[in-house]
Amino acid sequence: MVPFAGYAMPLQYRTGILAEHRHTRESAGLFDVSHMGQVRLSAKPGASMESVARALERLVAADIVSLGPGRQRYTQFTNGTGGILDDLMVTSLGDHLWLVVNAARKHDDVERLNVLIGEECDIEFLETRALLALQGPSAVAAFARLVPESESLSFMRAALWSHEGETIMVSRSGYTGEDGVEVSVSSRGVESLARRLLARDGVEAAGLGARDSLRLEAGLCLHGHDIDTTTTPVEAGLAWSIQKRRRLEGGFPGADVIISQLRDGPPRRRVGLVPQGKAPVREGAAIRSSSGALLGAVTSGAFGPTAQGPIAMGYVASEVAATGTVVEIERRSSWIEAEIRPLPFVPHRYHRS
Amino acid sequence: MGNRLYSKEHEWIVVDDDVGTVGISDYAQEQLGDVVFVELPESGREVARNDELCVVESVKAASEVYAPVSGEVVEVNDALGDDPAEVNADPYGSGWFVRIRLADAGELDELMDEDAYGEYLSELA
Repeated sequence: MVPFAGYAMPLQYRTGILAEHRHTRESAGLFDVSHMGQVRLSAKPGASMESVARALERLVAADIVSLGPGRQRYTQFTNGTGGILDDLMVTSLGDHLWLVVNAARKHDDVERLNVLIGEECDIEFLETRALLALQGPSAVAAFARLVPESESLSFMRAALWSHEGETIMVSRSGYTGEDGVEVSVSSRGVESLARRLLARDGVEAAGLGARDSLRLEAGLCLHGHDIDTTTTPVEAGLAWSIQKRRRLEGGFPGADVIISQLRDGPPRRRVGLVPQGKAPVREGAAIRSSSGALLGAVTSGAFGPTAQGPIAMGYVASEVAATGTVVEIERRSSWIEAEIRPLPFVPHRYHRS
Repeated sequence: MGNRLYSKEHEWIVVDDDVGTVGISDYAQEQLGDVVFVELPESGREVARNDELCVVESVKAASEVYAPVSGEVVEVNDALGDDPAEVNADPYGSGWFVRIRLADAGELDELMDEDAYGEYLSELA
């Protein structure tokens, strides 16, 4: 167990990070991600859900107004300089929006929501609600044994279902690059649901360690590491999450910076890095050119169990961010060569409709 | 072959004549988690007791392995390059790191035997 965002979290279970990682890629891993923050935004009496969506759009760069019921989008809370305060999933469930934010940021996020849009919508911090992520090629089949309707969902779609007498929110998404579901359930119901899932063939518990190596192979950002208040969504390669109307209209914090970076290109970019040899490089390691000029730093680095070698992500100046560029990364007291590679390191296997 | 002796940093050494085989204990490999890379010294390097000897990278983090005795590194376990997981699978056998020709056998008196190490571990728990 390790401390994480105020919780005692399992870094790994009995079989260890490598086995949990591989099992998730080959079958299904069950992650307890209840530490993440869940928030419900709904309309004040007499107001419309569109007014709620418009209010949230003042804080995030994604198009929320066009998000139809049962649809989910990834976006970021930005600050006035275009930095990322947090990244989150926003799901429309018809009469409310369901937000999932990072554990370490959730109290600040909720406070900010209350201060900035609390007059326009009802904000309910679902502080005691649990969240399970079942991820991997067998995940949906295993979950469908309990909730058959879930098989009809496609990637980034969500629905509310009744299960064992209570309402659960299910989305076909996750943060491993694999197909799977995330399930929001009451703290009263979560243990029985987790036990029933773990009892299915092919489902094994997986901890924070495997979650981290899976998301790194999938090229997904971890807030506080790969993205933070000093990086913009454009620098982080997240411009795809800003829909056209928002690029034209702006109206979110830091829009001037972000829109000008979309137009002119960012000064630096998040890239994939593959170090030569077998030694992993770690977060914080400096990246320099082969002629010795400092280019940036590693933001996540580890051994990729499926990639079968060391992999990393980091930021480098845009002029040198092209795939195939050879750079050097600091490792302990020496420098090792690394090549800039496209992300993800392991192809995504989402269930797109 | 002598008995296995342990350091407080969880290295072990087994001395045969004047050459000691060095690795990390079962407790240490358990704490590290899956080992994915071991950086070994060059054969021929002179080390002093408590010098950094190797670096073990697990899926969790990098950790230093210190020389439990002073001497010359006379052999390194190159097989760990292809199969670092041997450190987890067989820490007292095929997961050994280096062999050191002892400069001062008296340093062995500073190390713990099996019983003392067991007691030391129970105090850590």
